[in-house]
Amino acid sequence: MKWKVIEKSKLPNLIGELAREYEIFAPVDRKSIGSFERLASGSEVSLDSRNTKKPPKDVFIPQTETLFTYKTGKQEVELAAPQVVIGQRVVLAVRPCDAKSFVLLDKFLSSGEYKDAYYKEKRKNTTIVGLACNHPLSTCFCTSLGGSPHGKEGLDVLLQDINDKYLIEPITERGEKLIEKFPWLKEAERADIDKAKKLSDDAEAAVKSKVSIDGVDNKLDGMFDDPIWEQICQKCLNCGICTFFCPTCCCFDVLDEDGKRIRIWDSCQFSCFTLHGSGHNPRPSGKERMRQRIMHKFNYFVKTHGESFCVGCGRCIQECPVNLDIREVVGAISALPTDKRSDND
Amino acid sequence: MEKLEKSLREIAEKLLSEKKVDLIIGYERGTRPLRTTPCFVNKTEDVQKLIWDSSCDNNLAKYVVDRKEKVGVVAKGCDARLIAVCIAENQVPKENVIIIGVPCLGVVDRKKVESKLEEKEILEATIEGEKIKVKGEEFELLLAKNDFLCDSCLTCKHRNPPIQDVLVGEEVPELTEVNEFTEVENLEAMAAEERWNHFNGELSKCIRCYACRSVCPLCYCKTCFVDQSIPTWFGKTNDLSDTMIYHIVRALHVAGRCVDCGACSRVCPVNINLRELMKKIEKIVKERYNFKAGLSLEEAPPLGDFKSEDPQEFIK
Ligand code: SF4
Ligand code: SF4
Ligand code: SF4
Ligand code: SF4
Ligand code: SF4
Repeated sequence: MKWKVIEKSKLPNLIGELAREYEIFAPVDRKSIGSFERLASGSEVSLDSRNTKKPPKDVFIPQTETLFTYKTGKQEVELAAPQVVIGQRVVLAVRPCDAKSFVLLDKFLSSGEYKDAYYKEKRKNTTIVGLACNHPLSTCFCTSLGGSPHGKEGLDVLLQDINDKYLIEPITERGEKLIEKFPWLKEAERADIDKAKKLSDDAEAAVKSKVSIDGVDNKLDGMFDDPIWEQICQKCLNCGICTFFCPTCCCFDVLDEDGKRIRIWDSCQFSCFTLHGSGHNPRPSGKERMRQRIMHKFNYFVKTHGESFCVGCGRCIQECPVNLDIREVVGAISALPTDKRSDND
Repeated sequence: MEKLEKSLREIAEKLLSEKKVDLIIGYERGTRPLRTTPCFVNKTEDVQKLIWDSSCDNNLAKYVVDRKEKVGVVAKGCDARLIAVCIAENQVPKENVIIIGVPCLGVVDRKKVESKLEEKEILEATIEGEKIKVKGEEFELLLAKNDFLCDSCLTCKHRNPPIQDVLVGEEVPELTEVNEFTEVENLEAMAAEERWNHFNGELSKCIRCYACRSVCPLCYCKTCFVDQSIPTWFGKTNDLSDTMIYHIVRALHVAGRCVDCGACSRVCPVNINLRELMKKIEKIVKERYNFKAGLSLEEAPPLGDFKSEDPQEFIK
């Protein structure tokens, strides 16, 4: 399929037409916190901003989600499944790092033996339209994790801002189907594509922040009891910021409230995250919790799914209240001598 | 500033080499513009890392509770007052901490700077006296520091640590005239419904990351009520009424103890102005008990103490 273009001024029309058929989620600047919200009308979308402060994960994993409802009688329990998905959805203007987070979340939540029906159902009904980054931030390090400011992984369609227009590139069949719904879109000209290419190259070069993750997974193998965790966690407050704002962190807690079984976001940085019913806590202090976060992202996930559980979006770096910078953490691990492993094995 | 840093490093080095402390907790340059980060120094050669300027915003009193070793802590006025509260509440043995007081002219609120620059990213920033120099791609700006200070600092009446063991540099003039309760008075002037809507609006942004609790030196409970599961004190979803219970209970837990260091508002990733609530409670405590927290190493907070002259008009 040919690439298309749309004039910026026409975008609200496209969104309006889309909205007749789809539920649309897009970056919205609500109370000056950029997040992906369900659109009420096309006009609120903020596409000119940098990546949203909050990641788009709550489109698929809301912070609070009812799994089912129940009624308990004297003898019996009555269960009712909630309505899982409302209909077809489009998520608009997802940045490439966040699009990649969906690919990683798929591996984690809907591949292998256990599949998360709630997540899967929403993913199945959703078309992802990306927006390439022309202006990476100084905290972006997607290129160190196999991504790029104009990466296509996880996207059905990619938009790129080429000044007065967006270039529209179909990526998957689902993306093509979406574009076909707008026969009035103009075909892209050579000049549009060239301009996009130039912007992409510049953007790629503008990602200055590099983290060397090569070999970090293997090195971590032997570092479970390494003193480094104690050093790293010294300043950590064990708050929920880095995990709640991370597009890939998806740990949850399950609880019953008012006849509802609910799942809510949880964080490995919280002290009660691994608290056993017996009162024992295998991760009693910040050291173990920090280790868990880093191990999960750069070791366990690599072993089970073949890549790191981080997309380099930089949100944890921007939001951490004590400037505990994950690039420094990975850098420090990567700088350790390799023979370190045998000390601890 | 350089003079202050030099003298801070000398003090730290002396404390370490004379074995008065095992560890110095201070600030070092962070990885982002206008960002410093807590720094833990136990070797004299590392004191060179220590810095001091108006970007040293983290509240280091947080790191004093629950330590085995003897520590020297770099403390602004508010940090020193919080250490004092922790000592008065028997959380920190006085002999285990040396307060290295730094007179403070206020710390910069990065959120204010960022919102001034809108979408432009700051790539480099330096604080030079009364000015903040920010640089980014194709721009360079000189901002007046005083326009970008944290709200707490704008009305702070204890910029010089009221309690300290050693002072870095000279005392600075105190802001004796400012009214620290303007925001509270504005709240009080609202009709109840308007006030309710205002708090609803603010707190509905809360994502329950609990960073406001985690950062507060007074939130030292071994198990915070937030984390208790038997019983569960309130719902854990982001239902607004549950979020409110969290904030109300936390505010009451720090009543008469909070020193308005501003840390909780500063760390909130969704920019909730928690200060309003804290300040209102501070005002009530002041009016009823004529008490201000963190000015003494002995006096217990009014809500944890009984005095026969305490107002008791509720007994009829
Ligand atoms: S955001 Fe920072 S302080 Fe909070 S848990 Fe993460 S690393 Fe620790
Ligand atoms: S760990 Fe940090 S940089 Fe990596 S994906 Fe999560 S928030 Fe982004
Ligand atoms: S509250 Fe006072 S002592 Fe604390 S940072 Fe602000 S000006 Fe300094
Ligand atoms: S820091 Fe902000 S978002 Fe987090 S719990 Fe506190 S008020 Fe809520
Ligand atoms: S409640 Fe907030 S302002 Fe008060 S002492 Fe704690 S962190 Fe500081």
